[in-house]
Amino acid sequence: MTTSSTPVLEGRGLVRTYGTVNALQGADFAVEAGTVTALIGDNGAGKSTLVKVLCGVEQPDGGEIFLDGEPVVFRTPMDAHRMGIETVFQDLALAPHLDAAGNAFLGRELRRFRVFNATRAMRRSTMKAFTDLGVTTVQDVSAPVMSLSGGQRQAVAVARSAMWAKRVIFLDEPTAALGVVQTRRVLDLIRQIRDRGLGVVLITHTLPDVIDVADRVEVLRFGRRTATFGIADATVELLVSAITGVFSNVAAEAPVDVTEIDVAGGGR
Amino acid sequence: MTAPTQLDTGAGDGGRHQDADETASPRGILHRLGSITALYTVAVFAAEVLFFSLRASDRFLTTNNLILTAQNVAVLTVVACGATFVLITAGVDLSVGSVAILGEVVAAKTIINAGGDGLFDACLGIAAGVAVGWFVGIINGVGVAYLKVPPLIVTLGTMLAGVSAAQIITDGVNVPNRTLGGLGNDRIGGVPYIVLVGLGVVIVTGVLLHFTVFGRHTYAVGSNAEAARRVGINVPGHLVKVYALAGALSGFGGVLSLARFNTTSIGGHQSDPLEAIAASALGGTSVFGGIGTIAGTVVGVWIPGVLRNGIIILGVQPYWQGIIIGLVLVGTVWFDQYRRRAAVGAAGQRPGRKRIAAMRASRLATRRSQSTHPPTTTKQEGEP
Repeated sequence: MTTSSTPVLEGRGLVRTYGTVNALQGADFAVEAGTVTALIGDNGAGKSTLVKVLCGVEQPDGGEIFLDGEPVVFRTPMDAHRMGIETVFQDLALAPHLDAAGNAFLGRELRRFRVFNATRAMRRSTMKAFTDLGVTTVQDVSAPVMSLSGGQRQAVAVARSAMWAKRVIFLDEPTAALGVVQTRRVLDLIRQIRDRGLGVVLITHTLPDVIDVADRVEVLRFGRRTATFGIADATVELLVSAITGVFSNVAAEAPVDVTEIDVAGGGR
Repeated sequence: MTAPTQLDTGAGDGGRHQDADETASPRGILHRLGSITALYTVAVFAAEVLFFSLRASDRFLTTNNLILTAQNVAVLTVVACGATFVLITAGVDLSVGSVAILGEVVAAKTIINAGGDGLFDACLGIAAGVAVGWFVGIINGVGVAYLKVPPLIVTLGTMLAGVSAAQIITDGVNVPNRTLGGLGNDRIGGVPYIVLVGLGVVIVTGVLLHFTVFGRHTYAVGSNAEAARRVGINVPGHLVKVYALAGALSGFGGVLSLARFNTTSIGGHQSDPLEAIAASALGGTSVFGGIGTIAGTVVGVWIPGVLRNGIIILGVQPYWQGIIIGLVLVGTVWFDQYRRRAAVGAAGQRPGRKRIAAMRASRLATRRSQSTHPPTTTKQEGEP
């Protein structure tokens, strides 16, 4: 994979507390351009909070965020958008009554005479962007999103983010509701986006997808990064043992060679 | 290896025929029909016109009768166009009738206080009537968007307060004023000014709703406010603008009413909000938000307008019209929704629910087992 020396987006020592709940307790995270980084961890490990902090939805109580090595602060999601960071949340956040083009350009409409929608231009650009990304399932970008299937909606949401992202895309469980074929299409789309040189962060519970598409894996446990490794030596068993805390190679633990790890604790 | 979800995605494609389903688009045609949600309404309207034409063509199908009807529906047209915007945001505005009364009262008082009969005083009166409506609209909008009070309650409040304010201003006595009479009753080339003004409002609001970014954001806010917020649209600010627009148009409707009848009508306009909502709904506007057209609303205004006119021509008791309009309203909306449900499954109005259920089910299933799959199936949502 093309890896740059500096991560395009990096969080160091991130802390986020909700009342008495410490969702993030000094979490580190890094994503490099042109790679798919899988962010895995059990429920309550802090994955969602980490994503929210890194894309400006929530403010960290501590720690720093670096963009291309420079410290940044995202006060709102729009700050992150302006820096080329897009997020596809699980609920997709599409307006069902608008068409794919309307959704793709929502809030960033192309205009004519300042106030009018440049509808045709937006449809053309959307169609082109979808075609470039290999999204062949959505043929009609002028059909209301509510008339599309779940797989098509997912494609619209991911493609929309890909249209606008210049640096990083976060995908929160993009395949959770999809069938086999739809999942494969989304994974293909993810590779396509990676090959454009963007950093892709994939949050998922579907471990075979991680093996399938990710280049690197970062594991969160109890609000900290407990493991990070390349995908080359990873197996589902290793991922499971990392999620459940049997395996760890960062933080307090001494670094462990991935190839030597005992994965006996891997069943779940 | 997980056999990842064979569970249906709400996509209705469980792997059997997904290619055909996802790329072919029988729904393409359906959605184009759907964009003319007023189709059935147009049919009802045509049937109505045909009926009266056959029964009384000599008196019904005349230019003069057409113009008279247009003149009669002009005020409601202006008010209903504003109400359509509000309904598309999934809101409702019950205050439009009160605001119309307030508009005409303020316009009449302003003209009288300006002392005048001249064009300038008339314009001042019109501006004052529109401005007071705009102001009440802002109150509505702030209540809905920032104080988060349900639209039904906020506008119920301003509805009560609006009439009250109008009574205070006038001591409860209607104010006659003929200054605007020309606007309401004079004609140019045989067409009353008020009809042209109504047409102008229809065109302006139609362009605003269907061709501008403002209009698109109005749909987006009604369709999925959270999605609109996430892409950086100022949702509360937009709602305030929409309610302010509806208020201004209601105030203007009041001004037109004053112009037409040469007097305020404090006791009138009681049914305006409901008639405006009925007109929008007849024209295909969804009270759940996200759907609606100005053209549909215009047809929705004309259906009761023509009915009232035709009933009078036929010499039937005019009191029948409420029953007929009520039946047509419920029937049309029922049929429209029935058709839509049949067309896009349950996805029509609430696309979220089954999808979320399917997501939950599939995640549970994935977690529960790595190799086998529980025989759960969820219903298909998407395709016909």
